[in-house]
Amino acid sequence: MTHDYVIEMRDITKRFGEFVANDHINLNVKKGEIHALLGENGAGKSTLMNMLAGLLEPTSGEIVINGQSVTIESPSKAAQLGIGMVHQHFMLVDAFTVTENIILGSETTNAAGMIDLKKATAEITALSKKYGLEVDPTAKVADISVGAQQRVEILKTLYRGADLLIFDEPTAVLTPDEIAELLKIMKVLVAEGKSIVLITHKLDEIRAVADRVTVIRRGKSIETVDVAGATNDDLAEWMVGRSVSFKTEKIAPNPKEVVLSIENLVVNENRGIPAVKNLSLDVRAGEIVGIAGIDGNGQSELIQAITGLRRAKSGKITIKGVDVTHYSPRKITELSVGHVPEDRHRDGMILDMTVAENFALQTYYKEPISKNGILNYSKINEKARQLMEEFDVRGAGELIPGKSLSGGNQQKAVIAREIDRDPDLLIVSQPTRGLDVGAIEYIRKRLIAERDKGKAVLVVSFELDEILDVSDRIAVIHDGSIHGIVLPAETTKQELGMLMAGGHLK
Amino acid sequence: MLKKYESILIPLMAVLSGLLLGAVVMLVFGYDPIWGYEELFYTAFGSVKNIGEIFRAVAPLVFTALGFAVASRAGFFNVGLSGQALVGWVFAGWFALANPDMPRPILILGTVIVAMLAGGIAGAIPGFLRAFLGTSEVIVTIMMNYILLYFSNHIIRDVFADELMKNTDSSINVSANASYQTEWLRALTDNSRMNIGIFFALIAVFVIWFLFAKTTLGFEIRAAGLNPTAADYAGMSTKRTIVLSMVISGALAGLGGAVQGLGTFQNVYIQSSNLDIGFNGMSVALLASNSPLGIPFAAFLFGALQVGSSGMVRAQIPPELVNVVTASIIFFIGVKYIFEQLLKSKRFAKGGK
Repeated sequence: MTHDYVIEMRDITKRFGEFVANDHINLNVKKGEIHALLGENGAGKSTLMNMLAGLLEPTSGEIVINGQSVTIESPSKAAQLGIGMVHQHFMLVDAFTVTENIILGSETTNAAGMIDLKKATAEITALSKKYGLEVDPTAKVADISVGAQQRVEILKTLYRGADLLIFDEPTAVLTPDEIAELLKIMKVLVAEGKSIVLITHKLDEIRAVADRVTVIRRGKSIETVDVAGATNDDLAEWMVGRSVSFKTEKIAPNPKEVVLSIENLVVNENRGIPAVKNLSLDVRAGEIVGIAGIDGNGQSELIQAITGLRRAKSGKITIKGVDVTHYSPRKITELSVGHVPEDRHRDGMILDMTVAENFALQTYYKEPISKNGILNYSKINEKARQLMEEFDVRGAGELIPGKSLSGGNQQKAVIAREIDRDPDLLIVSQPTRGLDVGAIEYIRKRLIAERDKGKAVLVVSFELDEILDVSDRIAVIHDGSIHGIVLPAETTKQELGMLMAGGHLK
Repeated sequence: MLKKYESILIPLMAVLSGLLLGAVVMLVFGYDPIWGYEELFYTAFGSVKNIGEIFRAVAPLVFTALGFAVASRAGFFNVGLSGQALVGWVFAGWFALANPDMPRPILILGTVIVAMLAGGIAGAIPGFLRAFLGTSEVIVTIMMNYILLYFSNHIIRDVFADELMKNTDSSINVSANASYQTEWLRALTDNSRMNIGIFFALIAVFVIWFLFAKTTLGFEIRAAGLNPTAADYAGMSTKRTIVLSMVISGALAGLGGAVQGLGTFQNVYIQSSNLDIGFNGMSVALLASNSPLGIPFAAFLFGALQVGSSGMVRAQIPPELVNVVTASIIFFIGVKYIFEQLLKSKRFAKGGK
């Protein structure tokens, strides 16, 4: 038997009761390759990888490592076999240093049985040099950037001797610069003899780094191909099961009166330092204004100020001619404003309430949902069923808790709730973060449909493709103020990137 | 499937484990657990009078447990039920003592209102501090228990008129018009101290159930408790909601105190420590998973234990050990989390097959 593959997952099936999460899946990873695992949200990618990481055991099927059939019954067994997982949500202790986090659970001790931090630090420094993973071993995790925290996660697996690294949607939390850096690191890792499984639903990343890709759809493996031999259209079609368009169709905009007007706005962030600095911007009825920018340039504070969730320090915000600078969130909502927040888990939904109650979050105090302070649950549930139907929110009915919906369906639910109130101004932050191409396509179409109905739409996104696709005008935010306004037809990603970084157009 | 029965199964497992541990403790110290539990059971349910006594003990517990549940739903851990109940007791008692000749319906209604006001104000203070200044409600409510305890004792000792006092530590009994005990309940239960407080408690159960199941205020309280940032996003005022839920919580505890004072004891007296109905109410609420409809049942169990445990002495078990047995039951209720995990892992294993 030749050992062409470091890992072979043969005919893997995983059931949860009635539900088949993985249905006879095959996955083979060659030594020294980056193998992408592509699939929609809920296709079964994480279930499959959790079986490699020792968190789940397959119902049937065989896992073969370097020609040996193995059972991986625990995460420590996985580590022993040289499998390491870099989780999407980092498993780090904020108050510990980088070194302490990396050695946690496999501490190096000296003769006296005390932790030998000096030796550990030296080992970590050597590792980080070898693989180009730049970190400060003595820094506290709480003080380092998200990208650096991810490098710590990678070092953690390497420190434990991993040969196969599984990256679970690693770029979801990163800025464009950090993504480029990560992709470079992955290439160094395979050059040094490691193998990588990259779980993702972003086609660009696959094209940038992966050698081969396995597409899974609804728990079944559909294709395994060389990346070079497949087009993006092929991949998307395999993943979704139908052809997908990447460019959302739209007619020319017809902007009318100004709906949202921001003048010289200054907003502080939590530490009392200005995050939005003297920002001015207008959004008109019938247009989509996209705000492009690198995460942390004041986008969140700007949106919070417009929607009343954060006090403006100075300046003026006007919605439909009303000065709303110091209005409460409810009063702003009542002026016919819809808001899809950037973090659907933190702000947009109450995960432990039912889906139906989540749909009622903005209207629960008004007729017909309630009368004289008494809720009408049959109306609430009826409304929820109607919205789930209309916006294609898929889940086991309206009475399950919000957390039981997949991420894409949660986002659709939030958007449904906000659009359904027919707002004159729709503010959308990160409309498609973490969603698959099918859901992205649908949500962008809905945003454009709102604009065509004559609504004013403000979109904030870290993804330039999205900004270029949906916007009629692009406002680039840098360091808390608008650094330039460009038209999507007349600009390029490079140009936007330069503006986002604070540069100027020639 | 399992999920449906879990809400009953888990508290049941907790109670049984507690009884089992209690039995082990009795065995270790050389007492007969079967005899002990027999006496417990016969004492609790063997006479009409003691059944009446169980309902007498249940009523204040239902109030404090409801109070705990309302605050919990808003994400507020109200450890101050004892103090809130005590001021309800003292002020309702004061009102009754000062107006002995008012017509009975007005006098009873007056004590209810005064007790709820006193408890509500006592609850509003930590609610306000948390909502507007971000103080830890656990520390504030614990310390307020002591403030309210000594404040109440000061009122009784130094502010009550001399003619209201029987001796330096206790007031005279309230008039028959103000007492929550009634002739027909006494006749029905062979002169037990069962009183109309149990009916007030059942009304409160319905009201609180209705609050959470049907009203926008209940919706806001749940939203603020489950996810305060999302509640703010939806335009609810989480600050207002927290204060309001603490006012309701304190008012319920205060009324529980009045039921204890005017139902069980008939007077007001100097307390040497925090009222145990406050802490037992927390256990009752935990056992019922903060469900308003579960609370009367959990409180009934506590009442039966309280009344029945006195009989265990007849099985030669010393009262200290009786307390250990009841405490071990409460202990398992407190850690019912363990049983939840147990059931979860079992279900997981089943699903994997």
